[in-house]
Amino acid sequence: MEPSIEVIGLRKRFGSTQALDGLTFAVRPGQITGFVGPNGAGKSTTMRVILGLDAVDEGTALVTGRPYRSLHRPLTHLGSLLDAAALQPSRTGRNHLLWLAHSQGLGVRRVDEVIEQAGLQTAARRRAGGYSLGMRQRLGLAAAMLGDPPVLMLDEPFNGLDPEGIVWMRGLLRSLAGQGRGVLVSSHLMSELQDTATHLVVIGRGRLVADTSVAELIGEASGGRVTVRTAARSEATAVLAGAGATVSSSDAGTLTVSGLAAEAIVAVLTRNSVPFAEVSAHRASLEEAYMELTRDSVEFVAAATQESAS
Amino acid sequence: MTRPSDEAMLDAPFRSAAPAGRAGFGALLKSEWTKFRTVRGWLVALLVAGLVTFAVGALSATGSKRECAGPDGQPCAVHIPPVGPNGQSVTDRFTFVHQDLPGDGTVTARVSSLTGDGAAPEPWAKAGLIVKADLTEGSRYAAVMLTGGHGVRWQYDFTADAAGTTGDAAAPSTAPRWLRLTRSGDTIAGYDSADGVSWNAVGTATIPFPGTVQIGMFVTSPDHTVTVQRFGGTETNSEASQAIAAFDNVAVNGGAGDWADTQVGGDDGGPGPTPNAGFTEANGTFTITGSGDIAPAVAGPEGNTVERSLAGVFAGLIVVMVLGSVFITSEYRRGLIRTTLAARPQRGQLLAAKALVIGVVTFVVGVITSALTFWIVGAIRRANGVNVMPVSWQTDLRVIAGTAALLAVSSVFALAVGTLLRRAVGAVTITVVLVVLPYVLAVASVLPSGAAQWLLRVTPAAGFAIQQSTPVYQQVDATYLPSSGYFPLSPLGGFAVLCGWTALALALAAVSLRRRDAAA
Repeated sequence: MEPSIEVIGLRKRFGSTQALDGLTFAVRPGQITGFVGPNGAGKSTTMRVILGLDAVDEGTALVTGRPYRSLHRPLTHLGSLLDAAALQPSRTGRNHLLWLAHSQGLGVRRVDEVIEQAGLQTAARRRAGGYSLGMRQRLGLAAAMLGDPPVLMLDEPFNGLDPEGIVWMRGLLRSLAGQGRGVLVSSHLMSELQDTATHLVVIGRGRLVADTSVAELIGEASGGRVTVRTAARSEATAVLAGAGATVSSSDAGTLTVSGLAAEAIVAVLTRNSVPFAEVSAHRASLEEAYMELTRDSVEFVAAATQESAS
Repeated sequence: MTRPSDEAMLDAPFRSAAPAGRAGFGALLKSEWTKFRTVRGWLVALLVAGLVTFAVGALSATGSKRECAGPDGQPCAVHIPPVGPNGQSVTDRFTFVHQDLPGDGTVTARVSSLTGDGAAPEPWAKAGLIVKADLTEGSRYAAVMLTGGHGVRWQYDFTADAAGTTGDAAAPSTAPRWLRLTRSGDTIAGYDSADGVSWNAVGTATIPFPGTVQIGMFVTSPDHTVTVQRFGGTETNSEASQAIAAFDNVAVNGGAGDWADTQVGGDDGGPGPTPNAGFTEANGTFTITGSGDIAPAVAGPEGNTVERSLAGVFAGLIVVMVLGSVFITSEYRRGLIRTTLAARPQRGQLLAAKALVIGVVTFVVGVITSALTFWIVGAIRRANGVNVMPVSWQTDLRVIAGTAALLAVSSVFALAVGTLLRRAVGAVTITVVLVVLPYVLAVASVLPSGAAQWLLRVTPAAGFAIQQSTPVYQQVDATYLPSSGYFPLSPLGGFAVLCGWTALALALAAVSLRRRDAAA
C-alpha cells in the first residue's frame, strides 16, 4: 500500500546548524508511527517540511504520493497539529474551526461534528485565549480531523494533557489508525507512546537512528533476560553460573539472568534445592528499549548532551 | 457513511467522509472574511476608525467660527458667495456697460488701452465683451477679453478658459486689440483681430440662454496677492486692485435700449472698496473702471473646501492601517500563519484574499464614515458661518468615495508592509510615517511649501489628493497650497501614486511570502 507519508533524503540547514541530515522514513496507513527524538532532534522541522511550510535544501516529502503544496483542499488529505497554542486568543474555538472549514469548502456542520468528536462542546463558544493547554490540544485535534483526512500528523499531542486526557488521546489515536488512517505522532518522551505506537521512527540530530516496529524493538531489548527473586542469592548465583548462565544482581534478593530460559532456570534451582520466590521472563518497557537503542547512537548522545547543556 | 469495524479494517484503505468538492478562491475569501469578523477587537477598531474621523472633523468644525465685526462693533453683513452654473462657488464681480439683446446679435469694439491704477495692470485684469444671462451673480456668460498679461482669452461659465489666436505665452498680445462677440441661436462665438479687418475665431460655446440677455463691455481686476513662504507657515497678503480700459469703435447689432452700467456683484463683494468704478463716454470712447473677477472661487481665507469636513480622516487612517497590519502580523505573532498556510498553501492567493477582505471592509466602512462626516460636519461648519465652497454633486460623491478608497488602499498598503516585516509595530510605524506624516506636515503648513509639495508628489500621502474638490485654475492667480486644499498632483494622479506604492509593497510581500519559511 502507498505510504501515507514518505520522506526521502531531507537536508536542511539553519545557519550553522544542520537541522536535517539526510532523513528518510515512511509512515504506513493503518498504524500509529511514533516519531521520537530529544528536543531539537528535528522532529518539528521535519513536520513543517512535510506540510510545505519550510523549504529543504535537498530531498522530498510526499503525502500519499504527492507534495503537500500540490494538494487541493490539503486538510482532506493530511490533518496536522503542530502547535496547539497557535490561536488568535479572542476568537472562539468554534470560529477558529469555522474559518479553517471555509478554507476547505466545508460547512458549519462538519465543524460541529469535530467539536463533538474532540469533546469540546462546552468550550467551543468561549474565547480560545482562556483555554487550558489540554483544551487547546483537543481543539488542535478537532482542526486536524476537520477534513476527515486519511493521514494525521501530530506534534507532541500529549503535551499538557491530564492523565484522563492522555488515556482519551491514546484511545482516539488508536481508533483513527484502526479506521485505516496513517498516523504520525511525535514525542520527546518515549513513555507517552507506550501502548499507542506500533511503529517507531527515532531520530537524533536530524538523522535516522532507528526505523522499527515496537514489538521487534522490545523483543530485542528484553534480550531473553529473566528476573529471579530469591533469598538465597549466593547459592542461586553459583548454581546458575554453573549451568552456564550470566548472572548479575540488581538489588538484594533479585538477580537478572541471561543465557538460560525461564523453564531451565526453574529446573536448575529445583534440582539444587535453592529456594526462590519468583522466576519471570523480563519484558523491557518501551522506555528501556529506547534507552538501549540509543545508548550507542553517537548522533543521539551528542544531541542529548547538547540539549542538556543548553 | 459507515466505516468497516476496527477488526476488519487492517488492510482496507481508509475512505474519507469529507464531502467531495472544490475550494477555490471564493472559499479562501470566505475563510479570510470569517477570520476577520470573528475577532471582536477588529470590528471595534473599524467603529473607532469611523468615530475618530468624525470626531476630529466635528471638533475642528466647532472650533472654526467665522466672526466679523463692523466699525462700531455691529455684526457686518456676511457676503454669501455666488454659485455658478455647475454648482460650484464662483467670483462674479465686475463693471458691466450693457444693453438688452433680445435675439441674435453681435458686439464689436477695440480695446485701445488697458492699465492698472497708476501701475501696470494685474496679469489677469480683464477688459472685453461679454454676453450674460442677466445681471445676477453667478449667471451664465461667455466673454472674449484682453487681459493684463495673458493676451486675448475666451472664457465662459467661469471655469472654461482658452487662449486667443494672436500672441503667445512669451509675447502675449496687448492693447490695442479688436474683439467681437456674436450670438446666433444657442451658439456664442468670440473673435479677435489686430486691425479690425481680418478676424480670427477664438472660441465658441453652446449656451441655451432664455430669451433676452445682456450684452456689452466689462472691466474687472482681481486682488493683488503677495505670498511669503517660510518655515512654519505661509503668509498671504492681498489687496484690491483696479483696471481702467478704453473701448472705441463700439458697434452693436441687434441690441435694444441705451447703454447702462451695473456693478455686478455689488461694491462690497470682497475685501476693499472699488473706488471710481463705473464708466464715462466721450466721442464714442468708453472708459471703464472695474475691480473684481469673473472666475471660479479659490479656497483660501475667504472660503473653505468641502473636504475640510473630512479633516479627521488622517486619524481614522491610522486606525485602519493598524488594522491592516495586524490582520497579518497577528498570525505571525501566534504562529497561526502555519495553520493558515497548511490549509491554503498557495501563498500569493492568500495575500490576495487578505488584501481583498481588508480592502473591501475598510472601503465599505469608509463610505459610510465619510458620507456621514461629510454631511454632518459640513452642516456644522455652515451653521458656524464658514463659507463652505459648494461644488457639483458629482464632485461631492467623488470626494466621499475617494476618501473611502484612500482608507481602503492604505489598509492594503499596511497589510503588505506587515507581511514583509511580520511585526505590527514596525509596519504601523513605517506606514504612518509614509502616509500620514507628510500629509499632516504639509496641511498644517509646518514645512515650507516647496518641501510640502515635493512630499505630496512622491510619498503615498499623495493619495490624499483624491479628496481635492476644487482644481487649480490657470486663469486665477492664487496661492494654491496644501493647507487650503490644493495638492500638487491631480486627484487621480495622487491616488495613483498611493496605489503604486501599494502595488510595489504587495509584490515584495508576495515574493517574500513565497521565498521564506513560514516561521513566526
